[in-house]
Amino acid sequence: MDTLKSTYLESLLHGQSEISPGASWLSALRAEALECANVLAVPTTRDEDWRFTDLSPLYKATLRPSIHAAEVTTSMLEPWAIPEAESRLVFVDGVFASDLSLMRPEDGVLVSPLSSALGRHGDRIGDQLARIVAPGDDPFSAVNTAWLRDGAVVLVDAGRDSVHPIHLLFVSATPGAAVYPRTLVVAERGSRCTIIEDFRSLQQDAALTNAVTEIAVGQDAGVRHIRLQRENASAFHIATCGVQAARDSRYSNVNISLGARISRHNLNVRQAAEGTSFEIDGLALISGRQLADTHSFLDHAYAHGRSRQLHKCVAGGAAHAVFSGKILVRPGAQHTDSAQQSRNLLLSDRAHVDTKPQLEIFADDVKCAHGATVGQLDAEHVFYLKSRGLSEPSARDLLTFAFAAEIVERIGLPSIVKHLEDALVHRTYGKEFR
Amino acid sequence: MNRKSVLEVRRLTARVAGVEILKGIDLTVYAGEVHAIMGPNGSGKSTFAKVLAGHPSYEVTDGEVTFEGRNLFDMAPEERARAGLFLGFQYPVEIPGVTNSSFLRLAYNTVQGARGKDELDPLEFDDYVQDKLKLLEMDPAFLERSVNEGFSGGEKKRNEILQLAILEPTLAILDEADSGLDIDALRIVANGVSRLRSPDNAIILVTHYQRLLNYITPDYVHVMDEGRIIKTGDKGLALELESRGYDWVADEFRSRQAA
Repeated sequence: MDTLKSTYLESLLHGQSEISPGASWLSALRAEALECANVLAVPTTRDEDWRFTDLSPLYKATLRPSIHAAEVTTSMLEPWAIPEAESRLVFVDGVFASDLSLMRPEDGVLVSPLSSALGRHGDRIGDQLARIVAPGDDPFSAVNTAWLRDGAVVLVDAGRDSVHPIHLLFVSATPGAAVYPRTLVVAERGSRCTIIEDFRSLQQDAALTNAVTEIAVGQDAGVRHIRLQRENASAFHIATCGVQAARDSRYSNVNISLGARISRHNLNVRQAAEGTSFEIDGLALISGRQLADTHSFLDHAYAHGRSRQLHKCVAGGAAHAVFSGKILVRPGAQHTDSAQQSRNLLLSDRAHVDTKPQLEIFADDVKCAHGATVGQLDAEHVFYLKSRGLSEPSARDLLTFAFAAEIVERIGLPSIVKHLEDALVHRTYGKEFR
Repeated sequence: MNRKSVLEVRRLTARVAGVEILKGIDLTVYAGEVHAIMGPNGSGKSTFAKVLAGHPSYEVTDGEVTFEGRNLFDMAPEERARAGLFLGFQYPVEIPGVTNSSFLRLAYNTVQGARGKDELDPLEFDDYVQDKLKLLEMDPAFLERSVNEGFSGGEKKRNEILQLAILEPTLAILDEADSGLDIDALRIVANGVSRLRSPDNAIILVTHYQRLLNYITPDYVHVMDEGRIIKTGDKGLALELESRGYDWVADEFRSRQAA
């Protein structure tokens, strides 16, 4: 590890000792994570997993931990409201903001900041926290866990059907701040819930979001997970989401990455028993000098697992999109049914996509398919629209919008779909893509 | 008689990928006329239609085309469309993710705007389009589907004529509007086109078979072969082609050339 990088980690860990101790198991967890963070080297492009994504701008940035939250008012968050959601937890620079949050609990559904849930639900949380994403897995998860002081907790009791989506809003409000959002979702046996993780910026300077999300999907349970990353174009966003799916459970994920200068999303979904179903959809739509990297890992460890994945990248300007999609079918995971599609659209000569589907199959009675395409807008499509009077730019914009909208529509919540489609229209009809 | 010329084509030559396809076409179309362009496969009929619409794969190498007095080749494809030239595609493209209704409204408003007329909001447009749907016996559910996605061949062709009905062009060029249609769909498409005929507009039907002309009576029938119009007649010529095929026309043309 060279000096620059150890300085980077050190600067992020400085102040960590000031975190209030909380439960003893939590202190132990943080201490363990701190040790991991000190041992693990931060990645470079020499690491296979980071081959396409150069983090040196992050390592050179001046960032400091956020100790005091910035002033944020309800009206500033108004444009981001999701009317379908009854509960909203807001974290400003990683700190829970109770006055900005709305908590209208449904029976059997706990939606709470970690800090206040620890007292009554400490055992349930302790059983799960940092189990699905272990601090030793990678340095960013380790630093997140070492910094763990608050986070969003959603616990859905067995058999409960949480009707309303739960909105978890993480706001970057302080220039130069390094913040560590954390989410834990536990959906007990036979329960249902919809979680929206929403990452936004209220300021325009560089800042680091280093997020960890853990989701335990119980037997016969179903979790819909929507993740929206719309941070500012100077931001660094590094996130790891770990999902563990129990027998006959269902997990669906729609991830939308529009923001950040450099973003990296690791999504690790693991089958913990037979009969699970995963639907994983992703869209990265970037321009200028943005880089968006998605690494997904679907781990079919047991029989009768089904997975469907569609990942799309739209890159304009000099943007760089990365997709690495690994699907592992372990020995014994018979009757796995898995299909993955990576579709990529390049809107300019300078835009760049790296896509790397990886299928590793160690069982002999499985159905697996994958495919990847990288291309430009179809000239016949553009001509068809022009022959109906549309200008070249509007024809291209409409086709780009349509390409992206296929993923957005899968979110299925009208207010978010509308909001994102408006954002897509704004982005695609803006000059920045050409 | 003071007739208004819509399209004048003089000595038009064009090539695709370096191969000359059109080898000198002359054609004049006046307002109120219906012209049928017939000919064997590979005779250049579709190329002619695409060149008029401005398809980027075709390179015009010589000749002149004026559309309502303007040099057509000075106009980009979208300008031609806004000026009132419409190409009904032989193979309409599918555009997943764009609903037919928003596409049709966008096209309509773009063309209306260019003509200095009022644009319609979604509700107004919905009223406007309902009448057009009836003309083509189309289910309103068509509007909510993605443009041509999963449409049958007949549905795609009807969708083309729906666009024709909505955009009300001065010159409609319909490339194989009848191919792939069963007899009912053919009747619907042909009746739709016939009802859009007026003294102010003109229609060019590019077709391989005579059957469409049973429904839409052409004023002129042109036979194309090897990139040229080699014979022009009235609707009787179409019937003759139906019974005798195309070879005799080519033979006749060659002996005339030789003479």
